[in-house]
Amino acid sequence: MSDITKQSLSELVKNIKGKKLSSSEVTKAFVERSEKSKELNAYITEDYANALNKAKKFDEKPNLDLKLPGIPMAVKDLFCTRDLRTTAGSKILNNFVPTYESTVTQNIWNEGAILMGKLNCDEFAMGSSNETSFFGNVQNPIDKNLVPGGSSGGSSSAVAAQLTPITIGTDTGGSIRQPASFTGTVGLKPTYGSCSRYGIVAFASSLDQAGPMAQNVKDCALLQEVISSYDEKDSTSIDFKRNEYSKELTKDIKGKKIGIPKEYRVDGMPKEIEDLWKKGIEFAKDCGAEIIDISLPHTNYALPTYYIVAPAEASSNLARYDGVKYGFRAEGENLIDMYEKTRSEGFGAEVQRRIMIGTYVLSSGYYDAYYLKAQKVRKLIKNDFDDAYKKVDAILTPSTPSSAFKIGEKTNDPVSMYLNDIFTVPVNLAGLPGISIPAGHDTKGYPLGLQIIGKAFDEQNILNIAYAMEEKINFKNNITDWWIK
Amino acid sequence: MSIDLKTIKHISKLSRISVDEKKAEKLAGDLNSIFDFIEKLNELKTDNVEPLTSVAETTLKLRSDEVKSKNLRDQVIKNSPKENEDYFVVPKVIE
Repeated sequence: MSDITKQSLSELVKNIKGKKLSSSEVTKAFVERSEKSKELNAYITEDYANALNKAKKFDEKPNLDLKLPGIPMAVKDLFCTRDLRTTAGSKILNNFVPTYESTVTQNIWNEGAILMGKLNCDEFAMGSSNETSFFGNVQNPIDKNLVPGGSSGGSSSAVAAQLTPITIGTDTGGSIRQPASFTGTVGLKPTYGSCSRYGIVAFASSLDQAGPMAQNVKDCALLQEVISSYDEKDSTSIDFKRNEYSKELTKDIKGKKIGIPKEYRVDGMPKEIEDLWKKGIEFAKDCGAEIIDISLPHTNYALPTYYIVAPAEASSNLARYDGVKYGFRAEGENLIDMYEKTRSEGFGAEVQRRIMIGTYVLSSGYYDAYYLKAQKVRKLIKNDFDDAYKKVDAILTPSTPSSAFKIGEKTNDPVSMYLNDIFTVPVNLAGLPGISIPAGHDTKGYPLGLQIIGKAFDEQNILNIAYAMEEKINFKNNITDWWIK
Repeated sequence: MSIDLKTIKHISKLSRISVDEKKAEKLAGDLNSIFDFIEKLNELKTDNVEPLTSVAETTLKLRSDEVKSKNLRDQVIKNSPKENEDYFVVPKVIE
């Protein structure tokens, strides 16, 4: 079968279970395609030889009852993988080899999947274009010199280019949904507390969530049911009844109430995005949903709130990188000098900027004016959603205010880069699930995504709406393999 | 509000990140544009609003106090930047 890498996860699982394909055949196909795709720079660390060995072992004694039997998979390099280097896209972790496994990846391996390698990302997941990675920017397979989004840019590029059948990313302010939107793929940010944060390199602990990235909604649902679990090793993991999302997936969304928040019609929004949103509303109606206008009055305050809360938490979380216990160390004249040089040489510019913002807003005399203020506004933003969900079952918005932009286009202006996350950040602040699905193209032919936001723990509902709309939208990704010589 | 070079030096000291003059100037520019953007929050009155510290509406679970992993010394020091048997080595701090 020459077209193995073109198959969706669900097809591959079916073919392996039906003994039409072996894990070795599938793994070899994805490894070969990954090797031919180095120009995309989607991988930071490759582990192909081990992957092929594991596939061979799987085939010798295949357990076909598993959910991901012998499926090869590359994952974002923010997940700690035992005995395989984990860098978080940073020089400071360039030589870090975890001695433990993240719960999310362990859940994946327990269902029979095989690790192929670690995917590029913005440094410590701080970025919207994958350009802050110490390991260089990633190419969007849609077009050369186009960013794949971020921070899960290696993940979105690898799924869109079919270097891995499916993957996982992390989303603190949009880092799964925005890259999915930029590459014509599907990305789900689950409810806060749904997927364990144990073993994920921490950025902003009250916002970080792992989630699946896939070529279609069904694959996304299957991976979500694998990675979501209660975990006592994460004190914010929530013990709730988790669905078998892929089994309970339905296109019947008749009578579902979908809210359209007027505040998402932001100033200067391109007409293409406005048109896409209107089209999405029509598709939702075609599926039998009822459209209701709603208001989320504090939407405009979400980004400023985020840029206090996230850097504040990051500055605490990243205090651990001091050159003493692991990671990069710069030599210094004394202990303090060593700390300062290690952090100055080990962190990139964006990470240093955010540590400084976070340190400032938490510093004596400024805590109330910034951090406490932001926590209060965060409450108002969450209240907006609570009020809206008295009237609707889900909310439909664009995923991003534009399509993918050129590499280098926004690197000199941090605020214009931050504005990318205007539609995704409120969801993290409120701890809700959100999914981005590809819904059309702009005039340049670049993909555009729609976001469906759900109530907390209501992943099944937004997956169902996405599944129904996906069929109506009938999106085709336009990938020409331009990078394969 | 404006963040001056003196403030940048102070934050850099608190952050344990060394900055030279050139980097300090760049950071001052960046931070000022970011804080201009953040100032928008002052439009809102929040005197009677409870701060949101966690979206997870749950209390911490209790568990029995059992040792579940032990003898991890080798794992703990495995990634140490300087090897010296059982210790993390740092520049001399006591004369």
